[in-house]
Amino acid sequence: MNFSVAGRSAFAYTAAHALDAAKPTLVFVHGAGLDHSWFGLQSRYFGYHGRNVLAVDLPGHGRSEGPPLASIAAMADWVAALLDAAKLGRAAVVGHSMGALVALEAAARHPQRVEAIALIGVAYPMRVSDAFLDAAGRNDQAAYDMETIWGHAAQVPLAGNPNPGMWMYGDTLARLARLAPGVLHGDLKACNDYTGGLEAAAKVSCPAHFILGARDVMTPPRSARALERAIAGARTVAVPVSGHSLMAEAPDATLDALIEALQPEAAA
Amino acid sequence: MAGPKYPGFDTLALHAGQSPDAATGARAVPIYQTTSYVFRDAEHAASLFNMERAGHVYSRISNPTVAVLEERMAALEGGVGAIATASGQAALHLAIATLMDAGAHIVASLALYGGSHNLLGYTLKRFGIETTFVAPGDPEAWRGAIRPQTRLLFGETLGNPGLDVLDVPEVSSIAHAAGVPLLVDATFTTPYLMQPFALGADLLYHSATKFLGGHGTAIGGVLVDSGRFDWEASGRFPQLTAPYEGFHGMDFEEESGTRAFLLRARREGLRDFGACMAPMTAFQILQGIETLHLRMPRHVENTRQVVEFLSQHPQVERVMYPELASHPDHALAKRLLPKGCGAVFSFDLKGGREAGRRLIESLRVFSHLANVGDAKSLVIHPASTTHYRMSDADLAKARIGPGTVRLSIGLEDPQDLIEDLERSLRLPR
Repeated sequence: MNFSVAGRSAFAYTAAHALDAAKPTLVFVHGAGLDHSWFGLQSRYFGYHGRNVLAVDLPGHGRSEGPPLASIAAMADWVAALLDAAKLGRAAVVGHSMGALVALEAAARHPQRVEAIALIGVAYPMRVSDAFLDAAGRNDQAAYDMETIWGHAAQVPLAGNPNPGMWMYGDTLARLARLAPGVLHGDLKACNDYTGGLEAAAKVSCPAHFILGARDVMTPPRSARALERAIAGARTVAVPVSGHSLMAEAPDATLDALIEALQPEAAA
Repeated sequence: MAGPKYPGFDTLALHAGQSPDAATGARAVPIYQTTSYVFRDAEHAASLFNMERAGHVYSRISNPTVAVLEERMAALEGGVGAIATASGQAALHLAIATLMDAGAHIVASLALYGGSHNLLGYTLKRFGIETTFVAPGDPEAWRGAIRPQTRLLFGETLGNPGLDVLDVPEVSSIAHAAGVPLLVDATFTTPYLMQPFALGADLLYHSATKFLGGHGTAIGGVLVDSGRFDWEASGRFPQLTAPYEGFHGMDFEEESGTRAFLLRARREGLRDFGACMAPMTAFQILQGIETLHLRMPRHVENTRQVVEFLSQHPQVERVMYPELASHPDHALAKRLLPKGCGAVFSFDLKGGREAGRRLIESLRVFSHLANVGDAKSLVIHPASTTHYRMSDADLAKARIGPGTVRLSIGLEDPQDLIEDLERSLRLPR
């Protein structure tokens, strides 16, 4: 479904359902260089189970008009503006990686709009190596290779895919191949530059859930500890077999964790 | 700082797509000889049917053994995923049926396997899909044949049987300029000799019956998607970019982006046409793939020796193998096929059809049959068998003459193959 946010066309997948202000709403925010379909199975589930779903394409990603937003704070404000455009009041925000930082910041900046957050594959600080940033700045294939290989558990290329017939590395590389030059670098820089994580965590007043891949080498579970400690009452689910791409590597476990975390009564 | 590294081709050929069996620890790929899979509960069943969870429902749509083959081939080709089919022809049909409706048009190379030529030139016409055949090495012919209704450009990486080398970078750029994808039949090259996606192709398929299986034991096909073609931007594929009534109004591109083509091909194509692969077949083809990187160099090396022998033989009019300077696509082959031009080639005998018949009937090591890509060496006469429905004019355009003999070189001692040919060519005419 297309919306207009700050005068620019913005797309959010709604699982082929019309939005209904009487239903609870889930916003899904993807990670660096990706788009709404990264949450394909999970967002579809909730769309068919009584929720409004807005699985967004951040500006400059997927079907949303650019330019990309340069900071996590700007992305968080954009999520709130999208809710305005969709005429929806409150929402739980599910974010993956960079999108998890966006969900965290949105909960801090817009507490009246965010009723729960689920942070998948998150770290704080979310430092990006110079080599990765430099390669992305050059739009070098090496950056896409780093995102692909570090973005999955080490066993992924020599193992089966829960989604029959699909090759996870190939899927990530094909997604990244569609990106406009500079988009991945902008996203990685926004993650690297984000310094407000602990301040935002202290302001979070809604239920917060962490879903972390035990084999994540991009954002290892230990790198989420500072945030977990800083958010009062935060709960964590560790997904044993997954790396950073939890929605693809462990789709059912990730969905089950989200179902448990985002029961409407839990967010109320 | 050194960047991360992908596993090599040989490692992927042995491991990609398979984890040791969770229930038993089996290291070899288990043959899941089952039609269906028990749901955990009613909610789980509904979620699988509605694509909210990953998993298997019914083996016509997916099967754990078949999925290993699909994932391994996607890994070896650098695609997003793959669908294994009942045959190579089923893979070609699945690609076409997923991409277009009656009224659509295909531009295809003239140098095709006879079965593919039949499908495009005759059978699909009955369903309202027209094909224009062009000389594979003529870029202007490809470009000029494209119409507003064109939905696909199609050729073989190495054309059957004259081994026309498809200029994949050139033809794919022509396709992309017109907003249509390029599909290639990569059977003769396998992912070991050519990586068509890296050269610009969007979709590819194999007759897995041939070098992938490699032992002449199983019929199968594999259709692989690069995930790189932007169906939405093209605007020519409502099958993938508009709501589909046959699957709850799903817009496949919106739903899954890079996976749109495979999603519709699996959820509609396998569901409705049903040309799926059996798990036992997938196992047999996987056994072949595990040694593909060992077999292909030997196939090529044996072929080079046989080609050298035949090209110097006085009874041979010409040998069509792109590694020979006399082949029209020699320069292109050096650029696109540095590891070799495969193990299937043709040659013309002096003496035409009768000379060809005598040779074929005299050979002892070579088997006279309608297949290629076996570990054993094979021989056939295309004009009277695989390509017999083509007109003389089309045969000539595909470089098939009445005396053309096609060989598929196997893994025997190459001296035995040469001696078999030498003896048969020496027999009184």
